[in-house]
Amino acid sequence: MSIAPVFLLALPLGLGFAAAAAVPAMRGRGAAQLGAVTAAVALLVYLLAAPGAAEPEGLRAGFWAVPSLGIAGGLRLDGLSLVFVLLIAGIGALVLLYAGRYLKGDPRLPRLITLLLLFMVAMLGAVTADDVVTLFVFWELTSLASFFLVGYDHEKPGARKAALQALLVTAGGGLALLAGLILAAVAAGTTSLSGIIAAREAVLAHPAAAPAMLLIILGCFTKSAQFPFHFWLPNAMAAPTPVSAYLHSATMVKLGVYLLARLNPIYQHEALWQDVLTTAGLLTTATGALMALRESDLKRVLAWTTVTALGTLTMLIGLAPALSATAAVTFLVVHALYKAALFLVAGIVDHETGTRDAAALGGLRHAMPLTALAAVLAAFSMAGLPPFVGFVAKEIVYEAKLASGSLAGPAAMVGFLVNAAMVAVAGLMSWRLFFGPRRPTPQVPHDPPKSMLAGPILLATLGLLAGAAPSLLGEWLVDGAVASILGAPASAPLKFWHGFTPVLALSVATIGFGLLLLILWERLMPRLRRTAALDRLDTARGYEAALAGIVSWSDGTTRTVQHGSLRGYMRVLLLTCALVPLALLAWRGGLARPEGAPLDPRALAFLLIALGAIACALARGTFAAVMALGLVGFATAVVFLTFGAPDVALTQFTVEVLLVVILATVLIRLPVRARDSRTARQRGADAAVAGVVGLSVTLALMAVLAEPFDPRLAEWFGAQSVPGGHGRNVVNVILVDFRALDTLGEIAVLAIAAFAVLALLRGTKAERQAGG
Amino acid sequence: MDATVILRVSAPLLLWVPMALSLYLLLRGHNDPGGGFVGGLVGAAGLVFHAIARGHAAALRVMRLPPASWCGLGLLLAAASGLLAWLDPQAGYLTHRWWFADVGVTLPIGTALLFDIGVYLVVVGTITAMSFALVAED
Repeated sequence: MSIAPVFLLALPLGLGFAAAAAVPAMRGRGAAQLGAVTAAVALLVYLLAAPGAAEPEGLRAGFWAVPSLGIAGGLRLDGLSLVFVLLIAGIGALVLLYAGRYLKGDPRLPRLITLLLLFMVAMLGAVTADDVVTLFVFWELTSLASFFLVGYDHEKPGARKAALQALLVTAGGGLALLAGLILAAVAAGTTSLSGIIAAREAVLAHPAAAPAMLLIILGCFTKSAQFPFHFWLPNAMAAPTPVSAYLHSATMVKLGVYLLARLNPIYQHEALWQDVLTTAGLLTTATGALMALRESDLKRVLAWTTVTALGTLTMLIGLAPALSATAAVTFLVVHALYKAALFLVAGIVDHETGTRDAAALGGLRHAMPLTALAAVLAAFSMAGLPPFVGFVAKEIVYEAKLASGSLAGPAAMVGFLVNAAMVAVAGLMSWRLFFGPRRPTPQVPHDPPKSMLAGPILLATLGLLAGAAPSLLGEWLVDGAVASILGAPASAPLKFWHGFTPVLALSVATIGFGLLLLILWERLMPRLRRTAALDRLDTARGYEAALAGIVSWSDGTTRTVQHGSLRGYMRVLLLTCALVPLALLAWRGGLARPEGAPLDPRALAFLLIALGAIACALARGTFAAVMALGLVGFATAVVFLTFGAPDVALTQFTVEVLLVVILATVLIRLPVRARDSRTARQRGADAAVAGVVGLSVTLALMAVLAEPFDPRLAEWFGAQSVPGGHGRNVVNVILVDFRALDTLGEIAVLAIAAFAVLALLRGTKAERQAGG
Repeated sequence: MDATVILRVSAPLLLWVPMALSLYLLLRGHNDPGGGFVGGLVGAAGLVFHAIARGHAAALRVMRLPPASWCGLGLLLAAASGLLAWLDPQAGYLTHRWWFADVGVTLPIGTALLFDIGVYLVVVGTITAMSFALVAED
């Protein structure tokens, strides 16, 4: 490969970000076309990189590093990543093209395209990241993009709620993932993903190995909508259909599956890993299939079947035989192809007829023949009928389940019922919508323009072509990914015809039962919907209860802690600052008196400070108190000056000037004769607080002075200032060079404080205006 | 707020002298007392004087951009000055780079100055944002 891997791996990400930045300036369909072209170019680049990814080590490129934190970031494209990037960029191009037409005339279209592009880059980055930090950042970026895309119709309360739900579940899981990844990285001694996988023994031998694994699983499960976190996915259907097709069926929800597959080489022989994955996978599969049969909204039906597919993938990764990895990758590709196509078809039907209620639709084949063709092709693949690639996938999934030893029975049983349900849903999406009696619809439908048809037809046709030559798919794409999942090269040839095996009999029975379900659907669906026991599978209630609990808890603590009395806050703050050091000093035996040093004549400046403080305490009016406080400040500056810190003194002078000026301008607006309104008792209490603070500071300073002075730091900075920082002002060199990161943090805090004050003052002003 | 005639007339002086002083402090800070922080404080003082004398709308006009934007630009500049460190792949973030301009004497110019200018902008932005918000006419 003559082109540098860095270029190949970074180009799609850079292009995506650049296009996302350019899109908001564009209008309408131009934005969508730019997006589609960007995705297509990304696809092309990854195809160019494919031969490199087939090498055992994959394509690798280091990018950035924070040596002080021991983090080296990089990208890597291997067999598993290749499957994902091709799906992400390929389906992305079609979805972007489709979206431009689907939301034609919507002024918010550029926003949608920007978010879709950002999402695409985040996905590409997440699946090509070769270190846990990069992976995590991109992972969270996909959650954020999903949040904004689900909440695209933000005027609708339902969409806002669904968006928040999706964010809280996936980002909450993301925190668990972060903790798990950090534990794994610490155990392995590297943040590099391939390094962690290579350090398998160290990761497993670490005392926190099991918690790390479970935390990572938790993160993956929330992302990939595994039971009991599956509830957010159907609700995320509040997003526009292109988004559902792209994020919530073909790509984002598979990110959890991706990471499970990526880390499988570490954990594949752990019993806990296998048990958790297979159990959750089976539960998720069954739940999704049952719920799919209860819905009549096309998108929700498809969403539940996506949950089913994700469960199947998780289970397959958890199954021990090597064959199950081949099954997982094949099914992943197949599912992405047919499910994206079916979602896009559902979008077309919704767009053209004005409804997506399966019960109200039928006989659309004459009105929209090409859409019908796409739907039928995709549905055949979904149902697992020959000669489609779905058939190949289903066969090998059955094979993997039957080969899985003790789990073979339940896995095959659930698989049979679930596949029958998939046949029924496939029939719903094709036969029910497009054949049979024509039912009246709100709008008169016809085939949509080419840009909307291109996606479903192309994806469905790919399913047919891949089914015709499964070995090609296997050699070119699946084997490489399987090698990454197993951590060793493996090949299970994908075959179309396996002969008359038990698996074939199972397939035939599945299709028969599925057709039965389809015929009975009209009667079955309402009955299932009324079955209250199934409502319990909707774990969203648990989520709601937890959310309400958090809100009421924080409500309670806020009311106790933030009572609104400024004087109360000050008292708590000051006493904490005074008593904690005091207690520490007393407890750890730090109380000490400095050896009798001679009194420095410069200490006279402290008399000024004391004078100012006393004047401030005795002042009867606010204005006088401010002036007295100013005296304290200036006297402090004099102290700095006499003890050889002109820089600090200069700053102190300026701060004092500003403080007095600002306070004075504020006070001018208040009643000038504002008198002290405290009672004698309150004044006494305040004096006591002041006394404790003074005592604490004095004792602490004395303890400090009793220690011998350690000049090493000061000497080092003094010596390094000119040669290292090219400046004679040591203070400034420390601020802008030696400790520049600290300064950056400080000015960030400063800016945040400014924004907070702005928001606070604006808020009170609005309240005042509203109130009076 | 009604300012006296004296204050109104001396307003330009109260604005531009501190402003000039603040830039002087900013630029000399690397070798003598001064720097972005003090410079920013002095500059902000000038702007606050101006707000008292001519009203804060006038001070905002002098600033061209809203104080919050000064904060944002400053943060961006300070953060970005550290990125140049990566011209040398071995250097960590915020390792300042230096060039030595020869104008009779050798004048070292480094990304540290960009960083300090960022500090300056943030300080000016923060102080003016807070004080203008406090004295803003209702």
